[in-house]
Amino acid sequence: MKAFARVVAEKGTRLTVLRSESPLLLRRTGPETVHLVGGGAGPLRGDDLRLDITVGPGAVLEIRSVAAQLALPGRAHLPPSRLEITATVAAGGTLRWLPEPLIAAVGCDHVTVTRVDVEDGGELLWRDDLVCGRHNETSGDVRTDTTIRYAGRTLYRHELAVGPAAPGWSGAAVLGGGRAIGTLVAAPTGPAPRSGPGDFAVMPLAGPGVLATAIGADIRPVRAALDPLSEQGSRAFSATTV
Amino acid sequence: MSLATLLVLADGRLPSGGHAHSGGLEAQVSAGRVRDLDAVAGFLRGKLATAGLVNAAFAAAACARPGEWADLDQGLDSRTPSPALRKASRAQGRALLRAARAMWSLPPIGRDVHQPIALGVVASAGGLGPQEAAVAAAHGTVSGVASAAVRLLGLDPFAVHGLLARLAPECDRIATEAAARSDRPVDDLPAASGPLLDVGAELHATWEVRLFAS
Repeated sequence: MKAFARVVAEKGTRLTVLRSESPLLLRRTGPETVHLVGGGAGPLRGDDLRLDITVGPGAVLEIRSVAAQLALPGRAHLPPSRLEITATVAAGGTLRWLPEPLIAAVGCDHVTVTRVDVEDGGELLWRDDLVCGRHNETSGDVRTDTTIRYAGRTLYRHELAVGPAAPGWSGAAVLGGGRAIGTLVAAPTGPAPRSGPGDFAVMPLAGPGVLATAIGADIRPVRAALDPLSEQGSRAFSATTV
Repeated sequence: MSLATLLVLADGRLPSGGHAHSGGLEAQVSAGRVRDLDAVAGFLRGKLATAGLVNAAFAAAACARPGEWADLDQGLDSRTPSPALRKASRAQGRALLRAARAMWSLPPIGRDVHQPIALGVVASAGGLGPQEAAVAAAHGTVSGVASAAVRLLGLDPFAVHGLLARLAPECDRIATEAAARSDRPVDDLPAASGPLLDVGAELHATWEVRLFAS
């Protein structure tokens, strides 16, 4: 399945474009909020999905999803399923990407590529949660490839590979026994640095912003660590500084 | 290319301060995740596939692309979210440059660069090419951890070196992949990450007493 969805938010969060294509269905749910509503199972192998997000000056856009994204195997001869997300945030614009987790069901083969470009003076909160397998299930193969640029420089460049095709992914350098991981990038400012409790740290990046990472046996400790930061950011983000 | 020069550069006895770092192992030993040889093997495989690939690609790129060191160095910053790991990498970069200045004539590169950049520059100054820089980087990513494992867990050094021997073909494979991708734009160079390395390094940096600097 091929699909292309696009949202453009302009000053005052006027949505001048809200283009959906199954399974990427976008619905406006609040003055600043758009939800991705599930349109069918997947992604499945062979799917090629693209989501473009544009946030203009003076616009505030929060994107959430109503349910987890469940990556499933699909037919074996097809290429990996692929979701490509491209976002741009203008100076004076704010984008908060706070979706439900991606779940790597056994046998899946999925790639998510994320490219975010924030102009100097724009604000970003970018959350990604990944769960490796459904309950008591071995993980499928998922690779995430994320680039976040701020003010013309690459702020955060990150790839993560889990599943049977990723050497050492369940070793103590990558996820150990953990089966869920969440990351939250906040730029140009974010929550104060800290480490712990558990496998959780808020780290000041070399550029303007922070990364919060939490790893857990399941999604619960990840949510417990990151949800307060996401919600804090979604209310009064610029009130906190690094 | 001189094989003996490569051995000199990759020798664990090169006085470049590597012995002070466990490559993130000490944090995971303390967390209880690494207690035996199998867990060390799992740590090494994951570290090689993530930090090893990134280090090898940036060492190869720094070797082949003089004049782009600042951009490459910034590329490593964007791949190293943990301030503790950025500091450890720069400390090891400085120590390597200090040692290498007595070995070969280095180009002006400044003092404060990430270790893989320093390694690529030093390899080039020694007459080595990007592939050799990548092999030295990939091997160095796991060999330091292995010797730390012996000290932290009191493991049999023969058995630990057995692990390194079995990882050697994978080091070669990673280095070849890294060198093949080393001519790409900085954003397109490998960025594989180990989240527990980042989080563990931050926890480790808060300890008052520790055996290793990172």
